[in-house]
Amino acid sequence: MENKDTTANHKIANYILHKADSRGHANHGWLESYHTFSFANYQNKDRMNFGVLRVLNDDRVNQGMGFGKHPHDNMEIISIPLEGDLEHQDSMGNTTVIKEGDIQIMSAGTGIFHSEKNKNQNQLVKFLQIWIYPNKKNVTPRYDQITLDLKDRHNKLQQILSPNPEDEGVWIHQDAWFHIGRFDKGFSNSYPLKKSGNGIYAFVLKGDFTVGDIHLNERDGLGIWDTESIKITADSEGAEILLMEVPMEL
Amino acid sequence: MEIINILYIGRNAQILDIVIRLINSNDNWNGVGMLCDEKAKQVFMQTNFSIVLLGPGIEQERESELRSYFTKVNPTIKIVQHYGGGSGLLQSEILSAIAPAENR
Repeated sequence: MENKDTTANHKIANYILHKADSRGHANHGWLESYHTFSFANYQNKDRMNFGVLRVLNDDRVNQGMGFGKHPHDNMEIISIPLEGDLEHQDSMGNTTVIKEGDIQIMSAGTGIFHSEKNKNQNQLVKFLQIWIYPNKKNVTPRYDQITLDLKDRHNKLQQILSPNPEDEGVWIHQDAWFHIGRFDKGFSNSYPLKKSGNGIYAFVLKGDFTVGDIHLNERDGLGIWDTESIKITADSEGAEILLMEVPMEL
Repeated sequence: MEIINILYIGRNAQILDIVIRLINSNDNWNGVGMLCDEKAKQVFMQTNFSIVLLGPGIEQERESELRSYFTKVNPTIKIVQHYGGGSGLLQSEILSAIAPAENR
């Protein structure tokens, strides 16, 4: 694939920066959550979405605790475990456990009920909960999870999600692509966007990065639009980043 | 404070029950849920609703009919597609719908 880097000087023209400490925060005792966008009791009219990316929750659930059975509809819901084991049950009969390196997808469509609990009694579970508006309403509900090889994200971007069932990672009902990379300090990589009109939201999982000309720390988020590619550079050893390319219009 | 009347229409009875319970947990909101479009139209004529929330399973043609009907009866009605099926986005959707135009 041709890598056309249109950000040769790495200066980003159109972006929004969400520093980690500016996120909404909810502490329910058993659950501590940081919300990049308005969610539940956190309401901020300037933080509603980035294109079709509507929810980015950074959740920590206490030992043995979790979200009881509850519904969803018409949303593509992606869970990315960061630490610990998350036990999933749903109304389609799935009972599974996901852990670091796994990706879980639920296409809620016409309706799904599920629960997510920390399987362990001696360890927190930390995971990202990401909601994407679907490009098609009322689809048949669907669940999937996959296990990725963590070695395939060392100093490169590993695709974890796409719109295509035959492509790498899980697939969703939206023209979105997600990648995760874990980089040595000083290592750079370019990401060419796959679809014209899409934007990209970079979320730092671990360490520090420079994206374009903007420095990011752990759990900072940066949304960029009207660009064809971005350049990322790891500013710390073992830095990890999640890149979410999404349509900017619903 | 004025009570905000909200009509929710969806085809999934379990989700409908939960969404109505969530709406009614707010003292300033009154939720009415309908699975049937014709009953929804009837209750719409009897109550001064501010918002119609459209839940899952409504066919495109039926949705267009509902939107047309409600708008004809009340041109200022806010008709919102409810996404997510639970508490996560419900408050945002309702608050955004009732917010003054300059705040949207």
